[in-house]
Amino acid sequence: MKEINSVKIEFLSRSSNESFARSTMAAFAAQLDPTLDELGDIKTSVSEAVTNCIVHGYPDTLGKIQLRARIFPDNSIEITVRDWGRGIADIDAAREPMFTTGGEERSGMGFTIMESFMDKLRVRSSTGRGTTVTMTRRISPRAQLRAAK
Amino acid sequence: MTITSSCDGGALTLAFEGELDHHAAREAMLGIERDIERYLPRACVLDLARLSFMDSSGIAVILKAHRRMAELGGTASVVGAGKQPYKVLDAAGLRRLVKIETTV
Repeated sequence: MKEINSVKIEFLSRSSNESFARSTMAAFAAQLDPTLDELGDIKTSVSEAVTNCIVHGYPDTLGKIQLRARIFPDNSIEITVRDWGRGIADIDAAREPMFTTGGEERSGMGFTIMESFMDKLRVRSSTGRGTTVTMTRRISPRAQLRAAK
Repeated sequence: MTITSSCDGGALTLAFEGELDHHAAREAMLGIERDIERYLPRACVLDLARLSFMDSSGIAVILKAHRRMAELGGTASVVGAGKQPYKVLDAAGLRRLVKIETTV
């Protein structure tokens, strides 16, 4: 499927960029005419993915995080969050609910939330080279529905 | 994000305002710990009515309050959770541990 629109942003792994990342993605997704709930799901999932890069990808250093989004004709948005940090040793374990290497300050629910809030989630990682999380969400076509009525 | 605390007859209310993410979570945890030590309440009520966004970092914050209150023989509960924060709390299954009241 050919993309209709795309955006790419790169920023440093500072925690103050978490709100920047989710707000930017919500602003880009707005052209799909999402409901507030759908927008909330996208913001939450982006927040989880970017927080993972900051906490786990670059635990004691600052590094680059790349955010890409593409919009497709079927009214879906694909968001890719990439870092070049430490990588995940065991992806299956990391995706388990309550699993965390982040100590008491983390809940271990990040991937669980991304999985339940988005339609598709793919995680690719290699130790020492970084992690790429790709998630897709189809937005209910409200405008078309209204027009048909 | 800001937290406003008030204590009335053994019940400590912590009212959250703004967005609770990883960036805001550390300070929130320290503030909650400090307030619980200060008032040693029997109940701790986390009021999320003015919280416009929360991700899984908020779950760790609420669990922290829950654990500290359990150590003191008290309880922690959540009130006023809007749609987005509630969806996150629900996905994490937090209702099994903490009483949650919503505005939705």
